[in-house]
Amino acid sequence: MYVAVKGGERAIENAHAWLAEERRGDPSVPELTIAQIREQLSLSVNRVMAEGSLYDPDLAALAIKQARGDLIEAVFLIRAYRTTLPRFGASAPVATADMACDRRVSATFKDVPGGQVLGPTFDYTHRLLDFKLAAEGETPPAPQREADPAPVPHVTGFLNQEGLIEEAPHDDTPPPDLTREPLKMPADRSLRLQALSRADEGFTLGLAYSTQRGYGRNHAFVGELRIGTVPVEMEIPELGFAIEIGEVTLTECETVNQFTGSKTEPPQFTRGYGLVFGQTERKAISMALVDRALRWEELGEDDTGAPAQDAEFVLYHADNIQATGFLEHIKLPHYVDFQSELELVRKLRRDVQSTQTKEAAE
Amino acid sequence: MNETTADISARKAWMGLMAKAPAARVGALLDGACARPDFKWLRPPEVGSVMVRGRAGGTGAPFNLGEMTVTRCALRLASGEVGHAYIQGRSKADAEAAALIDALMQTGQAATLQTAVLDVLAADRAALTKVRAEKAAATKVDFFTMVRGED
Repeated sequence: MYVAVKGGERAIENAHAWLAEERRGDPSVPELTIAQIREQLSLSVNRVMAEGSLYDPDLAALAIKQARGDLIEAVFLIRAYRTTLPRFGASAPVATADMACDRRVSATFKDVPGGQVLGPTFDYTHRLLDFKLAAEGETPPAPQREADPAPVPHVTGFLNQEGLIEEAPHDDTPPPDLTREPLKMPADRSLRLQALSRADEGFTLGLAYSTQRGYGRNHAFVGELRIGTVPVEMEIPELGFAIEIGEVTLTECETVNQFTGSKTEPPQFTRGYGLVFGQTERKAISMALVDRALRWEELGEDDTGAPAQDAEFVLYHADNIQATGFLEHIKLPHYVDFQSELELVRKLRRDVQSTQTKEAAE
Repeated sequence: MNETTADISARKAWMGLMAKAPAARVGALLDGACARPDFKWLRPPEVGSVMVRGRAGGTGAPFNLGEMTVTRCALRLASGEVGHAYIQGRSKADAEAAALIDALMQTGQAATLQTAVLDVLAADRAALTKVRAEKAAATKVDFFTMVRGED
């Protein structure tokens, strides 16, 4: 029940003024610029773009500044802005096989054409705090080596040649769009992939981890993980042909999973897929594991009742903006609701007491 | 304009190059090359989004990955040529410069702009791409066998 009340305007105004001051922090410390956030907190920027579902590094950096570094609040700001934009159309599906890779590793094949390219990774760092970063200093340029211009093919292609892995056959069915139609069950794989790509990283990671620990067991190898840029091409109706309208950095993860076969499928390796905006590899690997777990039905596997196999549970709880919106609204005034609860509890207590008194009298 | 396949592929190339150019670069190169001609807007610059799609498994059925910001506009030069722009990001000034160049590339100034703008953009891009590819190549693992166990 909702009852409109007035009051609190001045308190709200003053709270916002104080928020702005706290956001700025100590004025003797130089203010952060958007460019500094974009360039130096780029993995935060990438996460906000991925979960905000809008690729624009400057906007994500602005949102991070405005949100005082609260990334879910920043995602919220991006989602709200996104709804104000007219949609010009949809791109042709990006060709990740042609990615200009910064990083490309395979945990399943040592000697893949194109090689194991580590890229700018935290892997193999010792996770010891580097106090040199607390002092200002120049970063020496990264070493360079002549690059092989040959394309870097997808690793799963090699298993495909032997017929040992399920194929992902070409298909041009226009995909459903959960930004246009509310999410409905059953959700086909394209809808699940859209939801997972913008899902909360922590939630996706937790679910993916649960599958590794045995809830909906499907032992995953990272067949390939690649990070790099791909051009985005779109058909322009007024021109009558397609042009490149930009370029995005993506992280793609393909898992290769053991599969002993089912009623409908022969023994072979199956695949999970993750594709996320930006350099976001924890999220992309998590997405691939959860995607694979959710495919139990189409692969004829048993439903073991694991949370990661339950599409309704996963997809309806993976969006951190929906989740935080509902969660945080309970701190807003519910005076009238609570008043009626109070009345109810008082009445129940009176009833119990009077029954007890009556029983005691008898 | 009756465009042949060669015309279309050339136009695709320059429009794509300008769509991916760094902020303010296209306008600066244009102003370095020639005075801006008079034009009328057919569609004033407009910021919007494009839904970027991927494919399940990289090759399978398409799905909606997320949106990106795009600015578009269309204009007509006093001499009649129509220029279009669809560029990444939210810069209306960059979209205007890109549409002007798209129109001017259909005029006698095409050769000048090809060298003064498009070749420069292409060279900038090639240099950046090369440096990144070489940094990646420097992180490529060279495996060597330490011990091979006997059966």
